Amino acid sequence: MLNTINKSPFERASLDSFLRTAPKGTPVLFLEDGVYAVTKNTSLAAAMAAIAKDHAIYALGPDLKARAIGDDRVLEGVTVVDYGGFVDLVVEHGTVQSWL
Amino acid sequence: MKFGILVNEGPFTHQASDSAYQFTKAAIAKGHQVMRVFFYYDGVNNANRLSEPQADDRNLVKLWGELAKEHKIDLVVCIAAALRRGIKEEILAEGFRISGLGQLIEVGIAADRTVMFGD
Amino acid sequence: MSEDMEGSFETEGVHKQFMFLNRKAPYGTIYALEVLEMILISAAFEQNTNVVFMDDGVYQIRKGMDTKPVNMKNFSPTYRILEAEKEDADEDPDAEMKWRLIVEKESMEARGLTPEDFIIEVEVLPAKQVGELMAEMDVILGG
Repeated sequence: MLNTINKSPFERASLDSFLRTAPKGTPVLFLEDGVYAVTKNTSLAAAMAAIAKDHAIYALGPDLKARAIGDDRVLEGVTVVDYGGFVDLVVEHGTVQSWL
Repeated sequence: MKFGILVNEGPFTHQASDSAYQFTKAAIAKGHQVMRVFFYYDGVNNANRLSEPQADDRNLVKLWGELAKEHKIDLVVCIAAALRRGIKEEILAEGFRISGLGQLIEVGIAADRTVMFGD
Repeated sequence: MSEDMEGSFETEGVHKQFMFLNRKAPYGTIYALEVLEMILISAAFEQNTNVVFMDDGVYQIRKGMDTKPVNMKNFSPTYRILEAEKEDADEDPDAEMKWRLIVEKESMEARGLTPEDFIIEVEVLPAKQVGELMAEMDVILGG
């Protein structure tokens, strides 16, 4: 399955809910305000590096661009995808859980 | 692959409907079929033809209708959620129809993937 | 919309695993009520149904809510219909649909609640088990 998170980790606990429930290896896509989770130099950066060991992390490129998060500001190990890539992830991984 | 899409928010407060629209377009571009987009909660506001965004803004109500016409997508507005919010047949934008929540469950059963966009 | 779009999709004999995920508190926003309406309608489709309460969603099924002072409709008694649906499904040996009503343990405990606080009888499952169940689903809906 694929999980998506669309809220900033500084505003909501969706990331915690994902981490608490999702089996190891569950890929997660950050979109909309969720993409703030994958930016460098935040108070979460170290935790995100640890999360990346257990989960493939994706971020939606158009949402990064809209929020002035350039490639150089995206955490190492995060794969940036476009909407087509989002569709491919859904096709590949099956059921989607959107943490709204 | 067959997709069902659920849109939980209107076009003017949250990005959810924009994300759903871009996802739907991308799925079609990749050769998938989007069987139905179901509008629930404030998502029913996507079907209000009386809404008038400013000229330099995107008009999602129109964009959904055009996409649906071009690719034969069934745009369904939940009747219970719509009536609560004053969305009725007489103000329904082109391409949308009003029906029951069963239409959401039905597409969930029929589609290979159901993807939810909301707040 | 053309005539041929109005028809139903073929769903006869198809049984899928549905999860209805409740993560929001009632009354502050409309999500709890409208998810509940979704679940009630879904019952007619005889699917495997897993209703999960986690995060602030666990507040939806607290006993003793009195919404008169805020002049809003109290929909908590309606959750008992879910309990009745589950009982019906449990008693029917031929039913393809099974119902589960689940509360995520960590969310419940974090909010100082116990199963005795709830208006319906629920299974309390640790988060990891909820996650494993999620991975078995065909469709996850919520709000």
